[in-house]
Amino acid sequence: MSAGRELARIRAIVWKDLTAERRTKANFNAVVFFAALTLLMFGFSLDADPGTMKKVAGGVIWLTILFSGVLAFNRSYEQELEGGALDALLLYPGERRSIFLGKFLANLGFVLLVEAIMVPVAVLLYSLPIGNQPGKLLAVLLLGTIGFVALGTFYAAMASRVRAREVLLPLLLFPMLVPLLVGAVQATTALMANDPFNRSGTWIRLLMVFDLIFLTACVLAFDYVIEE
Amino acid sequence: MSFSTTRSPSATWPKWLTTFGWITAILLVSGQIYAIVTSPPDAAMGDLQKIMYIHVPSAWVAMMSFIVVLAYCLLYLWKHQPKHDLMAASAAEVGTVFTALAIAQGSIWGRPTWGVWWTWDARLTSTAVMLLIYAGYLTLRSFTDDEERRARWSAAVGILGAINVPIVWYSVKWWRTIHQLQSDMSSISPEYRRGWIINALTFTVLVVYLIVARYHVSLLQRAGEQHAEEQALAVRSVHV
Amino acid sequence: MADAVAVEMNGIAKKFARRWVLRGADLQVKRGEAVALMGKNGSGKTTMLRVVATLLRPTRGIGRVFGYDIIKEAADIRERIGVLGHHAGLYDDLTASENLRFSLRMAGLAHNASAVDKVLDEVGLTAERNERVRGFSAGMRRRLALGRLLLRRPELLLLDEPYAAFDPAGIDLINTFARKITEDGGTVIVVTHDYARAREAVSRVVRIENGLVLEGLSGASISPDDHALAVGEEQ
Repeated sequence: MSAGRELARIRAIVWKDLTAERRTKANFNAVVFFAALTLLMFGFSLDADPGTMKKVAGGVIWLTILFSGVLAFNRSYEQELEGGALDALLLYPGERRSIFLGKFLANLGFVLLVEAIMVPVAVLLYSLPIGNQPGKLLAVLLLGTIGFVALGTFYAAMASRVRAREVLLPLLLFPMLVPLLVGAVQATTALMANDPFNRSGTWIRLLMVFDLIFLTACVLAFDYVIEE
Repeated sequence: MSFSTTRSPSATWPKWLTTFGWITAILLVSGQIYAIVTSPPDAAMGDLQKIMYIHVPSAWVAMMSFIVVLAYCLLYLWKHQPKHDLMAASAAEVGTVFTALAIAQGSIWGRPTWGVWWTWDARLTSTAVMLLIYAGYLTLRSFTDDEERRARWSAAVGILGAINVPIVWYSVKWWRTIHQLQSDMSSISPEYRRGWIINALTFTVLVVYLIVARYHVSLLQRAGEQHAEEQALAVRSVHV
Repeated sequence: MADAVAVEMNGIAKKFARRWVLRGADLQVKRGEAVALMGKNGSGKTTMLRVVATLLRPTRGIGRVFGYDIIKEAADIRERIGVLGHHAGLYDDLTASENLRFSLRMAGLAHNASAVDKVLDEVGLTAERNERVRGFSAGMRRRLALGRLLLRRPELLLLDEPYAAFDPAGIDLINTFARKITEDGGTVIVVTHDYARAREAVSRVVRIENGLVLEGLSGASISPDDHALAVGEEQ
């Protein structure tokens, strides 16, 4: 199928996933509440003074993103599995990769939206500084989320179809995210402190490389995992 | 399911493998004795240093096993031969065991040296992540009953995991350079090096043996299952 | 001649976990034929259909649909087939017309509002076009799924238990559609227990038992015994 048609297929999936999500809303609200809850739990358990909190805030934010975002991925496939729609999806002519890209983009939108609410909440809760390069901070959030969602969408294609999916997905996904987590947390922490040693650049580059490598790998490998 | 005792001709325990196993054992023991006997106690660590002769080779062969996993995963996706998937799985099992051993040994070495069981040393941490990546691979396999699906999914997961190993390595290393560097084991003087290399070689032989042996066990299992089922694939249908 | 054969399956064997569901089954269906694939539960008929549909890769065996290999050229096959499966495969949170619209776009076709409306009319769902599928009954869902097929005019129609728990009007729709396909030179394979319903649309019965295809029967040669055997099978 031509590239134009594949793009239309990708857009169709994004539209379908986001529309279904928009109409249920239950899922989005639940995830946002869970993110807020996680932030609170961190606050309770770390019991840190504001100074310490600033040092660990990057980690707290990214772990919250990971723990709440992971809830979105299996859900993305559940709507296909419930009604047997996955078969129908696989039967359309055209690239299976478009299914991945469509779901990836829809999940990306979903998680970014959760972050749009959750990060300001974190900033307020812990009185965090934004630093003098908010643009770069946003870039870090975006790049980190891209890699996270790409791998999450990929692994969920498998995890959602076997037993113990709630534990299997994080078990498969989180070790793979270590470089991304390290890079995102380091960059976030540095930028919130105005990046005195100018380190954020290196970490941002790591995130970009990570995203590129794994987005490509997931697109290429998706064909093999989405079939029956 | 009962294991058939009549093996189908395509899978028998190769005689050479048993011999190979004995040779491996002898080499392993000799290498260890040689290294232990010929190396003087380290100025700082004393005899504790000798754990290096199993720790470093373990880490080295763990790494090697995962390269084997990558190779066979790629081969499977290319050729779709079940035996490639079995080889990848064998290598992953063996690699995971040696990774766990390397971590345990590192921890044992670390306790008297640094006073703690765990330190966020770059090597140790990356190795722990690797262990978890491959534990995930093995867990996925155990949850997937269908052979063909298991092979396909394992191949994809194995490849992605292998791609990540160098990335994990470098990112953790950069992460740790920001913080205090612990004295780490790589500062080894040349007089120990020969024992190192010899044991790296004997461990390589060991791991090759283990992977091949595990692979043949898988083949036998499969042959046993197939033999029972071959009988079920009876008369072909009549063409209408 | 290759062109005259729509479906050619040779020695198809499929193993699920430890169980062989198909054990070396052969199936040949010519273009323009309508065939009922019948057998007990667990005989492998749905599995065979799914292999033909390229939804399943056989453990062993070779298959060709319209001359295309089911493994290597699956994409070419998918362009030409339509499948009505056990599950309707619809999205509960989308409306009837949105489901159809999505289907058109996924098939690489332009959205055609009038075609969608026409199809909804043909399957009797005009009143529900803007209703979300979540509230649909099983019968309505199957009609919508049928509508999805109507949008695309497949050369090979694969139906899996289409008559089960379906009202007479709906069954009629299916058979009409199947007949139309064969009239236009297309091919139909129906997996079913229900010969009484299938006979409206098919000219040949292929029996599958225990993962193997047995001798086929066609039209007039189907004896009352076969009929009774087929119809008497528990669903």
